[in-house]
Amino acid sequence: MTKAVQHSDVTHQYLRIKKRFPNVWCAGCGIGTVMGSIIRAVDFMEYKKDEVALVSGIGCSSRLPVYCDFNTLHTTHGRALAFATGVKIAKPNLKVIVITGDGDGLAIGGNHFIHACRRNIDITTILINNRIYGMTGGQFSPTTPWHANASTAPYGNMERAFDPAALAIAAGASYVARGTVYHVQQLDKLIIGGLQKRGFALIEAFSNCHTYYGRLNKEGDAVAMLNWMKDHALPVKAAAALPPEKREGKLLTGVLHDVEMAEYCDEYQKLVDRLQTKQEA
Amino acid sequence: MSNDHTPVRRLMQGNEACALGAIYAGCRYFGGYPITPSTEIAEGMARMLPRFGGRFIQMEDEIASIASVIGASVAGVKAMTATSGPGYSLMQENIGYAFMAEVPCVIIDVQRGGPSTGLPTKVSQSDTMQARWGTHGDYYAIAVAPASVRECFEQTVKAFNFSERFRTPVTLLSDEVIGHMREMVNVPEPGQLEVFDRVRPDVPAEWYHHFEITPNLVSPMASFGEGYRYNITGLTHDQEGFPTANPVEIKNKMDKLKYKISRFADELIQLETEMMDDAVMCVFAYGIAARAARQAVAMAREKRVRVGLIRPITIWPFPDDRIRQLMEEARVKVALVTELNMGQMVNEVQRLVPRHCRVEQLNRYDGEILNPVEIFKRIMEVKP
Repeated sequence: MTKAVQHSDVTHQYLRIKKRFPNVWCAGCGIGTVMGSIIRAVDFMEYKKDEVALVSGIGCSSRLPVYCDFNTLHTTHGRALAFATGVKIAKPNLKVIVITGDGDGLAIGGNHFIHACRRNIDITTILINNRIYGMTGGQFSPTTPWHANASTAPYGNMERAFDPAALAIAAGASYVARGTVYHVQQLDKLIIGGLQKRGFALIEAFSNCHTYYGRLNKEGDAVAMLNWMKDHALPVKAAAALPPEKREGKLLTGVLHDVEMAEYCDEYQKLVDRLQTKQEA
Repeated sequence: MSNDHTPVRRLMQGNEACALGAIYAGCRYFGGYPITPSTEIAEGMARMLPRFGGRFIQMEDEIASIASVIGASVAGVKAMTATSGPGYSLMQENIGYAFMAEVPCVIIDVQRGGPSTGLPTKVSQSDTMQARWGTHGDYYAIAVAPASVRECFEQTVKAFNFSERFRTPVTLLSDEVIGHMREMVNVPEPGQLEVFDRVRPDVPAEWYHHFEITPNLVSPMASFGEGYRYNITGLTHDQEGFPTANPVEIKNKMDKLKYKISRFADELIQLETEMMDDAVMCVFAYGIAARAARQAVAMAREKRVRVGLIRPITIWPFPDDRIRQLMEEARVKVALVTELNMGQMVNEVQRLVPRHCRVEQLNRYDGEILNPVEIFKRIMEVKP
């Protein structure tokens, strides 16, 4: 990275300030922080607003594109990656960013998630993981921890949680990272890393839903939950030097996986070129 | 499969004709999932699209297929998918999205018997109502039903034209028999059939509203990446595409979805009639069922029964005015509706016939097609 990430009111240049605010999120919600990081990353990459397409599904996280002055596509529940696949393939020069949540991306959209990873299509996916369904009122999601409370798990969650990053790596994504909404500068950089990657990139942004998750699990307000992230985040490089017992209960952050692989749109273009040259010959 | 538009006269399947028709119409994106009896369409598109600089993708399921098709259309490429009953059911939520977000796209449903897995290799016309009311909410649907291989080609082109003209999803209802039947087709030369492309905005970006209520109610459509940055959502939205809870804006949006189609239905209606001039009886049939009906009508005419044939090619919107007029002008006393289902279109006919007209049915839903003799016998049974 050659230039420092700018933390100024650069975000304001990219928001539909006059039209869409105030937003739908609860005071203290981490999603707004992620929105700031995405915008700073796009600004850092010097993308034109016209070449950025923001695609989302349904849920609190998926309301994010509506506030941003890009090409924005707010789709159906769980299907953002499938819509985005069509957008990207039809117009490969667009920078396609998908915003999803733990429920949208991993439950109803879980199948699209693993197949987008497998195809290694050049889409940067930001999965905002607040471990609960916020918009519908606090039901447990695929990332709600075992035994945690939710409105549909009043006696504790009996299901084990997904690790979204591990899932993406196993499914074949070429760049996988995890950040938190407390570590904002790191989150900016992780998203930049995802945008720079030619291939499928997943950035899991660990976020707080104090309104439901925090309240139901006695984790306190937004500040208390951010403090939890501060105390429990463990950079992946530091973790490597630690014995397993010291990694227990920690949230690994940083770039977890970064490899070079053939990208879907590039491969298809090669096929088109090959067939069309043959036709002319 | 031909690689270009050079004129060809060839024996081909209905499914192949749909694929060729799509290429002719300018379709350059196909997202699909294998399902009998539609798969030859996907296979044809997989072969042809890269040669035309287009893109074919096999998605992980039908939900993803239609989603990717809508995404591609938003990015400015004519796009379609093909499926059969079970897949069509899976697509319905996102087809509703395409209605709401006013995204042109084409869905080919090669019908098979249902419900559920039903009869994968057998013919049926049981998705007639699914094509009209498949997704939740209120909307006006467009669907066409070809009755021959040649019509599969032409109606695929029409389906694209309608979808681009009206900024809405269009369903082509084929079926297992037409899809797999082989007939000789003269593939039209470029320019021979009309090809309609969506209207693009001619105003500066700051004046552009993606869902503007225009005099003909269809808003010009800019694609992603063209300098018009706008929002698309499946939430009920205002003319700029932002979610709204304002009752006036909500009603305006819903009225737009209805009237952009119902007021211009004349452009959509395709209806064929045969021997209706002196008819006191008509056979009403569409799609594959109409082929046997045509022959049965001819057989009955030989027996001096004054029977005619009414065959809508556009089945949705239903040609209300034309049917009503025909029934009255011809003083039809009996209308026989023949369908490969338990009776879906018959109710549409029922509500349009004058009082003195009796509506009779002939239905098959055992996986076999209606043959001319069966229909002829039924004509003789119910004739006035």
